[in-house]
Amino acid sequence: MLLKGLFKPEFWNADKKSAGPYKSLFDYQRIWRLCFVILVVVSLVPLFILAFIDFNVTRVAIKSENMLRGARTTSNTRRAVAYFLEERKSALQLIVELDDFRSFQRKERLGEMLSALKNSFGGFIDLGIIDENGKQLAYVGPHNLEGKEYKGQAWFKQAADQGTYISDVFLGYRDSPHLVIAVKHFTDKDHYKIFRATLDTTKFNGILSSLDLSEGADAFLVNTAGIIQTPSKWNGDVFSKISFGLPEKSFRTKVKKIQLKKDLSAIVGYAYIEGTPFIIMVVKPEAELMGAWQRSRDTLTWISSISVAVILLVMWAVASYMVDRIYIADMTRSKLLQQMEHHNRMASIGRLAAGVAHEINNPLAIINEKAGLLKDLFTFSEAYNADERIFGLVDSVIGSVERCGRITKRLLGFSRQDDVELRPVLPKMVVDTVLSFLNKEAEYRSIDVSVDVQPCIFEIVTDRGKLEQVLLNLISNAFQAMKDGGALQVAVAKGDKGRLDFSVKDDGCGIPATDLKKIFEPFYSTKKQAGGTGLGLSITYGLVQDLGGSMTVESEVGEGTKFSFSLPVSPKNKGEG
Amino acid sequence: MAEKVLLVDDEKEFVEGLAERMELRGMNVDTCTNPEKALDMVNADSYDAIILDLQMPGVDGIEVLKHIKKNNPEMQVILLSGHATVEKGIEAMKLGAMDFVEKPADIDVLTEKIKKAQARKMILVEKETEKKVKDIIEHKGW
Repeated sequence: MLLKGLFKPEFWNADKKSAGPYKSLFDYQRIWRLCFVILVVVSLVPLFILAFIDFNVTRVAIKSENMLRGARTTSNTRRAVAYFLEERKSALQLIVELDDFRSFQRKERLGEMLSALKNSFGGFIDLGIIDENGKQLAYVGPHNLEGKEYKGQAWFKQAADQGTYISDVFLGYRDSPHLVIAVKHFTDKDHYKIFRATLDTTKFNGILSSLDLSEGADAFLVNTAGIIQTPSKWNGDVFSKISFGLPEKSFRTKVKKIQLKKDLSAIVGYAYIEGTPFIIMVVKPEAELMGAWQRSRDTLTWISSISVAVILLVMWAVASYMVDRIYIADMTRSKLLQQMEHHNRMASIGRLAAGVAHEINNPLAIINEKAGLLKDLFTFSEAYNADERIFGLVDSVIGSVERCGRITKRLLGFSRQDDVELRPVLPKMVVDTVLSFLNKEAEYRSIDVSVDVQPCIFEIVTDRGKLEQVLLNLISNAFQAMKDGGALQVAVAKGDKGRLDFSVKDDGCGIPATDLKKIFEPFYSTKKQAGGTGLGLSITYGLVQDLGGSMTVESEVGEGTKFSFSLPVSPKNKGEG
Repeated sequence: MAEKVLLVDDEKEFVEGLAERMELRGMNVDTCTNPEKALDMVNADSYDAIILDLQMPGVDGIEVLKHIKKNNPEMQVILLSGHATVEKGIEAMKLGAMDFVEKPADIDVLTEKIKKAQARKMILVEKETEKKVKDIIEHKGW
């Protein structure tokens, strides 16, 4: 089958009406649709289920992996930051514990400590001692802050209340970001002093910037008010407020999905660092995180699409092919059934005709003899000798009997299974002989007769008389159907499998489709009034069958009629016919 | 001289009608509706012609013809048939039938044939007589 046949198969335009009461059995479009839908559902549903499962499993896996990675990074960073601050706080506490606190008022000692801290820990800018009234008693560092009053400031109060204080990052008097660690120390039972150190944020920032983050990820600190404390890649400048709300307080690492902007959601790992105002945040846009998943999803999608397309295409072709096969089988079967029906009908009509003719012949003979006797009696009897009317009646009876006899003889001729006298004949000569009988009529009615015998045809072994009779019947039939001035074509062409195709084509009145099926039946005549017996074509049909041929007719009302029959070229092919 | 004819057909009506018509034409006609009886009649009497129906119930006209020809080879048989096929006709002629007429038969045609049959019979009989005479002359020389 051609590709075109697969996509626009023959059955698509099949006539549903001809199927009669079993319409649904022969509704090939419906069968095709059913077939196609079942095939597609059966093949696509598992594909879709698998794709869906794979899609979800991958998404969940990648999401949880991302969450886990975010949590780990956040947790590590939190520990690093907390440790950094804890370390420095502990250093200050150690100094306070070890040293006699009075010596702090000696500036040289304080200076020694500062340089020791700078060397060992790094990041310290200055040190100061503040008494319980908030006055800075001693100070070493780049700024001259000795004697500065801190009383009333929040950090001082908190340090006095809680013992330690870690500030968030701020600009302060110095106009550079820094943070403050303060430790309270009791000099005796009731009195205390506060040891205060200022830290540079460079080192602090270094912890975060040294993190090995994937592309697009951002790690920074904010304070409890949501102000960004360390440089951020894309979440805003230092000391600006973050664009999203702070997550709920938790000292344990948590990962959350937060909508940053309308079209940008991000996975945020965060942790409040205990004892400090800091919150560590690791922000990664979801699009980046899910990029891998999206890529695999895309691959999955296009592989699925291609598979679906291929499946649809193949299923379409398979359904078309199968239904087309069914269609062809059905068509062949119904054609054969029709042919068989036709043959059977013709055969039984033949038997019937022979039987009827024979049965009628006997009573006809009796009628004939009785009528003859009657006539004889009248002839020999003086009394009726002169009665013309009686003779007329008897002659009419005898005439009718003769007519009946002719009909029964022709009927018997239709069903006769005579011996066929096979001899090689030239089709051209047969046609010419037949036409020579009819030439006069053709000339008289100015009918144009054309004979087309293919040049490669030589001899055919058949019964010449019968072939002549067949052609004569067909041609004189055609003459009757045509008006004066018509055209008749007699053609002989090579057929398939060693057969010759004869055809007689006229441009006469044509035969209506309803009559076409019955024209070979005996007594089927449309010219009953004009004296036709309706036996001519049935006898012709019988003759063609005797010659091992088959006869068909095509006709269109008003266009003309074409009778064609094919005969085997040599009698050994007869059996195939 | 009146022709002596035997008419064999299973249809009584037909036989009677035809016989009467032939008698009107000056022939001497015997009828018989039973083919077996007909064989006896043929043996018992001498006919110029036998008109025999080809198809009778139970008996084939051809069989009857064979029997007649076996015993009386010179007998002229005209076959009548309602179902004339060329095959049957040829078979009948081969078996020695004189002629073959289709039903319904024309009385004039039939009469013609009977006359011919009688003529042939006459010739045959004359030949036979001649032969006998010759025989007698040869063997019983005075």
